[in-house]
Amino acid sequence: MIWILDITMLFFLVVCAIAAISIKDLLSAIIILSAYSLIMAIVWVEMHSVDVGFTEAAVGAGITTVLFIATLARTEGRSED
Amino acid sequence: MSRIQESVIIRTVVRIMVPFIQLFALYVIMHGASGPGGGFQGGVIFGAAIILYAMIYGIAEGKRKMSDALDKILASTGLTIFAATGLACIVCGGMFLQYNAVPLLPDPALVSKYLIDLVEIGIGITVLAVMISLFFDISPPESESEEVEE
Repeated sequence: MIWILDITMLFFLVVCAIAAISIKDLLSAIIILSAYSLIMAIVWVEMHSVDVGFTEAAVGAGITTVLFIATLARTEGRSED
Repeated sequence: MSRIQESVIIRTVVRIMVPFIQLFALYVIMHGASGPGGGFQGGVIFGAAIILYAMIYGIAEGKRKMSDALDKILASTGLTIFAATGLACIVCGGMFLQYNAVPLLPDPALVSKYLIDLVEIGIGITVLAVMISLFFDISPPESESEEVEE
């Protein structure tokens, strides 16, 4: 366990989570969510859970982002609230 | 979207990268038992390669390579491989997916090894077909998206 890496990654994780729910532009929110998934994958690998990190990187950062953007192409692209 | 699709650099890079991504997906599926990875992750990576191709070369071109009929056939084939392997273990006197009950080879550990790989391949085929059909169902029709851009 490299604790300073852990603390840095968890800090960025919280920053990404807060940014993703507070930003108005939905495309930016999707990209920030993808960055959140990538950091989460690094945290999983750092905790010696390579299999879960692999799934997080493939599904969370890869497929989910593509599906969200494909859905966004059919909507307005801005949040009302 | 349409200007990105016309870029020569992106089209060339995608055409070169897609076979390597698919090869990596096959590696992940086949090494699921001995290392990180497995049927689900490999299937997702394989599906992502075809989704990448369909994004850049157009949904119509992607559907020409991977039609809806082929999607349905692949999804049910993978599920059939998984269920048939599990049921074969029951027929041979074990429990569902109890691989070493199948008297295929003299060494039960070897049978277990090969049947786990077979099950992983089945999971991979189903996951890749479902991921691709999800993308094709969600993505907007080609003509409609170009009108929105202009």
